[in-house]
Amino acid sequence: MNGAHDMGGMDGFGPVMPESDEPLFHAAWERRAFALTLAMGRPGGWNIDMSRFARENRAPIDYLSKSYYQLWLAGLETLMAERGLVTADEIDAGRPLHPAKHVSVLSAADVAPMLTRGAPTEREAAVPARFGVGDRVRAKELHPRTHIRLPRYVRGRVGTIELVHGAHVFPDSHAHGGGEQPQWLYTVAFEARELWGDDADPTSRVSVDAWDSYLEPA
Amino acid sequence: MADHEHHHHHDHDHSELSETELRVRALETILTEKGYVDPAALDELIETYETKVGPRNGARVVAKAWSDPAYRERLLHDATAAIAELGYTGRQGEHIVAVENTPATHNMVVCTLCSCYPWPVLGLPPVWYKSAPYRSRVVKEPRAVLAEFGVTLPQDTAIRVWDSTAEIRYLVIPMRPVGSDDLEEDQLADLVTRDSMIGTGLACPPAEITE
Repeated sequence: MNGAHDMGGMDGFGPVMPESDEPLFHAAWERRAFALTLAMGRPGGWNIDMSRFARENRAPIDYLSKSYYQLWLAGLETLMAERGLVTADEIDAGRPLHPAKHVSVLSAADVAPMLTRGAPTEREAAVPARFGVGDRVRAKELHPRTHIRLPRYVRGRVGTIELVHGAHVFPDSHAHGGGEQPQWLYTVAFEARELWGDDADPTSRVSVDAWDSYLEPA
Repeated sequence: MADHEHHHHHDHDHSELSETELRVRALETILTEKGYVDPAALDELIETYETKVGPRNGARVVAKAWSDPAYRERLLHDATAAIAELGYTGRQGEHIVAVENTPATHNMVVCTLCSCYPWPVLGLPPVWYKSAPYRSRVVKEPRAVLAEFGVTLPQDTAIRVWDSTAEIRYLVIPMRPVGSDDLEEDQLADLVTRDSMIGTGLACPPAEITE
């Protein structure tokens, strides 16, 4: 999806504004929204790619006008509504209006094991890697309306395979209930001039992590 | 941005936050009443990230790499395993790659698509890391972004930006500061800032710590 979330190389956002002694959360609601989002992963049953798509798949003006945790909240509401866990009329009313579904709930004792375990994405590879370190590859021109993790600024550009990470869960299918469909994952390094033209810093390079089907030999 | 615009924007945010605050409260009530969340689990999640997980973890990793050559080798070869040796594992750190700054190359990390960040070693990301200015610009003009953090590198230092578009998380090992030869590992960890492990800063010279 070519959404507003895909920001690499976009102009006009102004300077970076570091904040001295920044608090971990800037408001009490951010702390709650963070915890609610993490806690709802188990009863909700969605995966990280579904979560990302739910946050990103919105009108650019909506995406850009929301703060980070407002996007988390909006994504959470979308995921819950899609599964009939909590519906919009309930949020408007501020109380449950429909019967609860039977779900598995995260207990306090489950928190540490869940966080420690995380959700590793490496899987056994079904086929040998198509590319090796040093190979030249071109990022394909891919513009699906669905989830994708290949940023726009590298599409069509030629880079060099720098790292080979094994096979990893493919977000494009995983975000839409299409299963893990693991593919080889590579770090591809692009010269800044290849991405941004002759005026770019000749000493700088940018790399992205790209799945096999995002790439073709160059 | 002009001052008055900044203030206007701030006020606007403020009124929206109140609306958001009410919405989050409503949601928490509904989720609790429906039995989908256990309030004790919410407290445990917040407690964990407020008190146990943060950049101090990453600083210990870097300090160990600076003082123990065998550990540094393990970290560069398989950062996930080397970091797990110190007990830092899990969510948003399932697959970590450590990249080392040298006089010839400076590394920086971003996620242009969302705000992926190595939680087990750095904690939750600061607002600027998640912001549109950082995400949009660091891949295109890394030196200008560094300058906004007060970091100016020699023109012949190559800059390498790592855009974490998959589940691989990157940890920058900053250069060990000059004058730190006599310090113990614990003291070295005090020199390692959060920003130096993202690549938007450098490790502190010992003189700035020991006043």
